[in-house]
Amino acid sequence: MNKKLLSIISIFIFFIFAMMSVLFSFVPGKMIAWNFWLFFKNMMTILPVIFILIGLFEVWVPRKVIEDHMGTDAKFGGYLWGVLLASFSAGGMFVSFPIACALYRKGANLKVIFFYVSCAGLCRIPMTLYEASFLGIKFTLIRLAIAIPLLLMVSIILGTYLEKNNYILDTK
Amino acid sequence: MSILYIITTILFLLSLIASREKTFKALQVAWQKFMKLLIPFLSMLIMVSVLLYFVPNELILEWLGQSSGYKGLLIGALLGSISLMPGFIAYPIAGVLIKQGVAYMSIAAFATTLMMVGLLTYPLEKAYLGTKATIIRNISAFLISIIVSIGIGILYGELL
Repeated sequence: MNKKLLSIISIFIFFIFAMMSVLFSFVPGKMIAWNFWLFFKNMMTILPVIFILIGLFEVWVPRKVIEDHMGTDAKFGGYLWGVLLASFSAGGMFVSFPIACALYRKGANLKVIFFYVSCAGLCRIPMTLYEASFLGIKFTLIRLAIAIPLLLMVSIILGTYLEKNNYILDTK
Repeated sequence: MSILYIITTILFLLSLIASREKTFKALQVAWQKFMKLLIPFLSMLIMVSVLLYFVPNELILEWLGQSSGYKGLLIGALLGSISLMPGFIAYPIAGVLIKQGVAYMSIAAFATTLMMVGLLTYPLEKAYLGTKATIIRNISAFLISIIVSIGIGILYGELL
């Protein structure tokens, strides 16, 4: 709470500083304010749309169904569900750790778990669209096309290796 | 940018047709998440705006620009590994940097490591996945990020 208040105050001070700089033509202040305005404008054209998209996903995508599929599966389908679950979830990698543990408890194997965690960082749909709108679709497609197969490979190797060594996740 | 609008509009209309309550709830979720992010978001923007003023453009370009090559890639990857910022903030900044002449390859290195490698989230990840798995996963994610960036560099004509 305190930290939040501090942030609000510093944001407020910044706005006053920016306004003063513009009023009195203080060049460094004006340049900083201009930087800020550029970022802000850019983001405000995209952010509201992204959040609506996330909201829609949250309401419509039955995460439970996907999680159940991942839990019981051993064959290749598990990876597919892993990407799906990662694509439709919000939050990012650290949100995925507890979910990964929950899946592990339900019986998903380590390979699928590692794949899912990395994918959660990599290919959430809203974030992917967001990225594409700033850096271009080409950029996003190349990134996914190279990263997903490599991740799959690494996850299988890592998972197999750890399972051979009887690696057990400590799921409290 | 326009694809995003089109996709969201279509999904939104479909959702509205299917269920009014659910759509309303989706908007509520959207609003809540947006408000939760707003303050850290503005603080981060202010910090970056100030930082960009003090770090001269030539320096940024020398480190991460078109001609920086592998140096830019490595700096980008290291920055991405140690930073902890939401993509919501990282991508707009990346967009501005690219307009200023920063290489796609450096941006790719930064963005990919930002998403997949977490030095600061190491304690958290370790608590869930264990030490060994966490270390191996992060190292391999770092290497994959480098490979992805080199791929981007080649396909954007920044390497070779």
